[in-house]
Amino acid sequence: MAALAMPDVIVDETQDWLRDLRDPATREAACARLHPLLLRAARFEVARRNVPYGDRDDLALQAADDALIAILAKLDSFRGASRFTTWAYKFALLEAAVKARRRAWQRREVTIDDEAWGRIAERGGDQLETQELLAAIAAAVPRCLTDHQRRVLTALALDGVPVDVLAERLDTTRGALYKTLHDARRRLRAELEKEGLLP
Amino acid sequence: MSELLNRLLGPGEPEVTCELCFELLDEYVELELVGEDADERLPGMRAHLAGCPACHEDHESLLAFVSRRSRT
Repeated sequence: MAALAMPDVIVDETQDWLRDLRDPATREAACARLHPLLLRAARFEVARRNVPYGDRDDLALQAADDALIAILAKLDSFRGASRFTTWAYKFALLEAAVKARRRAWQRREVTIDDEAWGRIAERGGDQLETQELLAAIAAAVPRCLTDHQRRVLTALALDGVPVDVLAERLDTTRGALYKTLHDARRRLRAELEKEGLLP
Repeated sequence: MSELLNRLLGPGEPEVTCELCFELLDEYVELELVGEDADERLPGMRAHLAGCPACHEDHESLLAFVSRRSRT
């Protein structure tokens, strides 16, 4: 992957962060400088996700704390393809987003509603082509997918359960669930192509 | 393609994994912000962001936050 050509001042700033966070003599002070930046990113994210005001500070602080731990653990994997701060912000935003999604679903049960497949064509709006495709997908699901693929597809694609929430409930990872979703989609696409419904 | 069909069938083209998407996200966003062709430089990212709602949201957030920071 090609790295972005960055102005010298940004390269210097990135090098300063890496040096200060790696050196035991300066690490604590560097962490103290980095944490407020992570907190700002986490606050931005919890506000975007409409977390209730009373919960925002706690959630953002937890996200910034967890992001700092993740950053220190993964410092050697920083490839220098972006500014250090952009790389660091993504950890704070991710931690805040995952916590916000899980918070939003904490009192909601995740149930897999197989009956929803029977009503799926109704969700196709007025477009006959879309209704036909949805009906074909509903018919192909029990025929082509494993039980696990069907459950994951139903939860993520049909019921709109966030992948982080489903991962937590099923004690697995976001990546593993997305791989299952990807495989399920590939099987469905192949089936629809066989039926001449997709190019 | 309707939103529901997109969620059910995905982008239908080669895409990176969630793990690789997260690894490349900072570089992708900075390429976008300087007007580079991020999709060409980092193949498979655009398709994944179209197919994975969580990574899509993470991308939107990083892009919005970094672009706001660079304006202030």
